[in-house]
Amino acid sequence: MAEFEALLEIADDHLILGHRISEWCGHAPMLEEDLALPNMGLDLIGTARTLYDHAGKLEGKGRSEDDLAYLRDEREYRNCLLVERPNEDFAHTMLRQFYFAAFMRPYWLAALDSTDETVRGVAGKAEKEMAYHIRHAGEWVIRMGDGTDESAARMRDAVEALHIYVDELFDSSDAAQEAEAAGVLPLRDALRTTWDRTVAEVFAEALLAQPEAAYAQRGGRQGIHNETLGHLLAEMQVVHRAHPGARW
Amino acid sequence: MYSQGLIGADGRTEETPEFLARFQQRIDAEEKIEPKDEMPEGYRRTLVRQIGQHAHSEIVGMLPEGNWITRAPSLRRKAALLAKVQDEGGHGLYLYSAAETLGVSREEMTEELLSGKAKYSSIFNYPTLNWADMGTIGWLVDGAAIMNQIPLCRCSFGPYARAMIRVCKEESFHQRQGYEIVMTLAQGTPGQKAMAQDSLNRWWWPSLMMFGPHDADSQHSDQSMAWKIKRFTNDELRQKFIDATVPQAEYLGLALPDPDLKWNEEKGGYDHGPIDWDEFWRVVKGHGPMARDRIKARKKAWEDGAWVREAALAHAEKRRARKIAAE
Repeated sequence: MAEFEALLEIADDHLILGHRISEWCGHAPMLEEDLALPNMGLDLIGTARTLYDHAGKLEGKGRSEDDLAYLRDEREYRNCLLVERPNEDFAHTMLRQFYFAAFMRPYWLAALDSTDETVRGVAGKAEKEMAYHIRHAGEWVIRMGDGTDESAARMRDAVEALHIYVDELFDSSDAAQEAEAAGVLPLRDALRTTWDRTVAEVFAEALLAQPEAAYAQRGGRQGIHNETLGHLLAEMQVVHRAHPGARW
Repeated sequence: MYSQGLIGADGRTEETPEFLARFQQRIDAEEKIEPKDEMPEGYRRTLVRQIGQHAHSEIVGMLPEGNWITRAPSLRRKAALLAKVQDEGGHGLYLYSAAETLGVSREEMTEELLSGKAKYSSIFNYPTLNWADMGTIGWLVDGAAIMNQIPLCRCSFGPYARAMIRVCKEESFHQRQGYEIVMTLAQGTPGQKAMAQDSLNRWWWPSLMMFGPHDADSQHSDQSMAWKIKRFTNDELRQKFIDATVPQAEYLGLALPDPDLKWNEEKGGYDHGPIDWDEFWRVVKGHGPMARDRIKARKKAWEDGAWVREAALAHAEKRRARKIAAE
């Protein structure tokens, strides 16, 4: 059961961030980004689907990927707060993507040694995708940080707004700790040095300072979210819930 | 879609009769015209207009379907729809690139779209109101687009013809995917079936209008046919589309909203009821139910993104300056 819950946390992270990214489709600052953003969204949603499917099988109650995605309320969602933050602007969106990918890349690399075959399979695919997300989002952080006065100010705002959500990435819930002890999932805490280095390198080029967080905002793993998640889920789940039991 | 691109096209040329005859010979010999080749100004203008409108249609076309990405009822459908809308953006990109070979920049074309000077397919000025619309658009709208676009793979202008080969492959996948969405709904709960029927009722006539006015009312077809930019007339393509679609609707157990639709043994095709051309011209002229919202959304994306594009340019410039300073 601990593995089920721990997998759900990661699956929720991927689905919610994928959903947020997909909100950009057709509204990006340039056509190239109208293509790149859905690409990243597709990577994230694809990973979420495999993880939900696997988690559902481990749980053994017959819940499908769609049951898990569409029939849980915000208190049951276990994603970290970073991924549910609204898109705001391109600076917030790319920084959020960069922070998440900078965490997930070493996470999936470590998960290549998982005792769970499906997790190893996901890791093999996802670490490559996250390397691309780091590159793409990281390049944008650099361009905007060292671009115009306006873009630099917007990047600083984004850093200011999002840095309080970083520490939660490295927290392991009770379920995650059990899965880590069993060798199913990597130790989150151990990834901090790599994350710090990845961010420091990009921030140096972007002329950005990584502020000390006065405090860390946590709660997602206990289902204590920001108010925005409920609206995201209401939109995502509306059609599915309006037709109980229907096949799509 | 492209046939609407010819509405109002001005294909007049001032070149000498010898030049025009030589050009026509190349066309008649099925030679491909390439960007650096000599071509009549009217040919260039017609193509810029048509390819530009086609590109704009792909870009504006991202909006009605994008409207349902966040509400797709299963994760599989969500991923497929996201990928589909992304494909449309990709088509826009190839097409802008094909038009750029004729000496007009993407920025210029974008400005024309946002100012209302350039048009896009009228179909995208209709709203998407239920999930079934994601199926119907793939099945009918992409289906109609394919009827138009398959002949464009043999268009006399090389870059356009080559771009269309890839576009058609993807559109044909979208069409099958759309049909499969509608089939799932048609075989689903009564609520799902009603959703599919409602969607078909709303999209059938606008899809027929995508082929453009009747041949008798289409002013610019002759020159475009002679230049092999266009290879079939609007009515021929519309007839092909109807003949292909009627059995598909029958198989689904859905009714097409045309009481006059019946098989005509003599012509070997279906007869259909009158098309509401007043509605067609109204929508083409930018009075469709969603016309203002579509352009407003594109303008907002363009204006909100201005600082991002400026940042990218400024950064590239700084890098270049640093590189020069370091040498």
